[in-house]
Amino acid sequence: MRIFGLSFKVIKTLLTTQYAYMLEYRIEIALWALSGVLPFIMFSLWSQNDVGNTFGLNDIGLARYFLSAFLVRQFSVVWVVFSFEEDSLSGRLSPYLLQPLHPLLRYVAAHLAEQATRLPFALAIAITFFILNPSSFWIPSLPQVFLAYLSTHLAFSIAFLLQSLVAALCFWTEKSSALERLIFVPYLFLSGLLVPLAAFPSNVLKVAMLTPFPYLINFPAKILSGMTVDIFNGFLAQILWISILIPSVNILWKFGVKRYTAMGA
Amino acid sequence: MPGFKGTLKHFFDRKTFEVHAVTDVSFKITRGEIVGFLGANGAGKTTLLKMMCGLIHPSRGLVDVCGFSPQRRQTAFLKEITLVMGQKQQLIWDLPPMDSFYVNAAVYGLADFEAKERINELADMLEIGEELTRPVRKLSLGQRMKAELLVALLHKPSVLFLDEPTLGLDVNAQARVRSFLSEYNKKTGATILLTSHYMADITALCPRVICIHKGNLFYDGDLDSLANSLSPSREVKVELKNPCSRDQFDKYGEIQDFNDRFISLLVSRDKLTEIISNLLTNFDIIDLEISDPPIDQLIGELFIKGEVN
Repeated sequence: MRIFGLSFKVIKTLLTTQYAYMLEYRIEIALWALSGVLPFIMFSLWSQNDVGNTFGLNDIGLARYFLSAFLVRQFSVVWVVFSFEEDSLSGRLSPYLLQPLHPLLRYVAAHLAEQATRLPFALAIAITFFILNPSSFWIPSLPQVFLAYLSTHLAFSIAFLLQSLVAALCFWTEKSSALERLIFVPYLFLSGLLVPLAAFPSNVLKVAMLTPFPYLINFPAKILSGMTVDIFNGFLAQILWISILIPSVNILWKFGVKRYTAMGA
Repeated sequence: MPGFKGTLKHFFDRKTFEVHAVTDVSFKITRGEIVGFLGANGAGKTTLLKMMCGLIHPSRGLVDVCGFSPQRRQTAFLKEITLVMGQKQQLIWDLPPMDSFYVNAAVYGLADFEAKERINELADMLEIGEELTRPVRKLSLGQRMKAELLVALLHKPSVLFLDEPTLGLDVNAQARVRSFLSEYNKKTGATILLTSHYMADITALCPRVICIHKGNLFYDGDLDSLANSLSPSREVKVELKNPCSRDQFDKYGEIQDFNDRFISLLVSRDKLTEIISNLLTNFDIIDLEISDPPIDQLIGELFIKGEVN
């Protein structure tokens, strides 16, 4: 059985090994999970000022949206540019390049393993949130969970490809992680992490929807929290962005790898 | 320009320059050979190795390894080669080496039984066992290097690129790595290309050496011939039963040291047999020692000169 050209055995071995590796860093990962509480801070800010009603969300709706945003963020967070930059500059990329496996797939496996390690911590935080806000408790329907799960994975794929595009710039510059900030700032504002996109003026929203960012948090979070959402167009946009980004990363990688000088190795 | 001013200037006027790390190097290596690359730091040895294994794209020229163009990094080529760098590791730091072995086994498409068999075989050859189940970070440098060799050789590569494989190891660990490589070469017929600053690695493993200086090849041949051309003389130390005068030895060679009964002479290699025979005939000799100048010293001088006579 092969998935994306990889045998099931390769996928299984990579994932289990990376999971074992991530478990070595479980405390660090718990802290990372805790550090992702920005949506909760935003929730308390918005709810105290009673702003939710202005864009059609009551306190319970807001709470559910931000908890969903937190969960989506936990399973779509990406750090490939930082690892790749370190590996590239220190020469650790060299042995990866000499193996019959695309180096980026190792980072994909590391991310997925990290997500699995985060799961119990994220759930614990979600349960704590419900204890503190019992009125916001809800159980999403199975189709909601399935669609949110699917769209979160697609969101992760978009985020991973976007950052891989920046990571591939490591072949040209020694500090491509600094360029990642150029993505992070619009991500912060346009993804729905700070505020549901419904709060944006319609012309800003129109422009935002032309970027990949709303499909990273806002779209999956709205599905999970049970808000009204255009499922078809949302998934279509996610798939479209993935189909644009895959060849872009491939092209940049193809040219970049020719410039690789195997520094430090 | 160093300092704050230099940093500011660097922002607006960044100077770049081209370095020709390897310029004129041509050679052919036959299957099963062990070849040592010699050269001072920055001579271009590692660059050459990186080009041959496909990490660096050469700007000009042709590299052919096992019928493949290395920089294309085709799967079939990658399965034929391996690269071991003494100063870099591919093992996962926080996990036991065994985990890295199974990742590599899966990546190279080895069946489970095949991987186990191969791990056991190489572990026996490397004399390593229970250490393979301890996290890499807890292994000694020598144990780590053995595990690095094991992971790099798991897929049965036919060409081994080894960049300073004994770097930082103690004398015993170096000797074990050397004997393993020699045994591996005999057993599998693999081709080994090796760079090392330890001459003991080169003398123990490499009948053939390629010398690089400032990106140019200036010697390609066997190590003995290189030693001969670097030092056409051998040192002969003689201990006499009875004292003799210095002028009695003038005709045998260049006198290096003399005191009544102990004489040290530099004798031309091509006349060595004849002169030893004459000395034994004409003098009452208690002890006689013939030695080469140390190879490290000769190679050190060679790196400075950058040419062979």
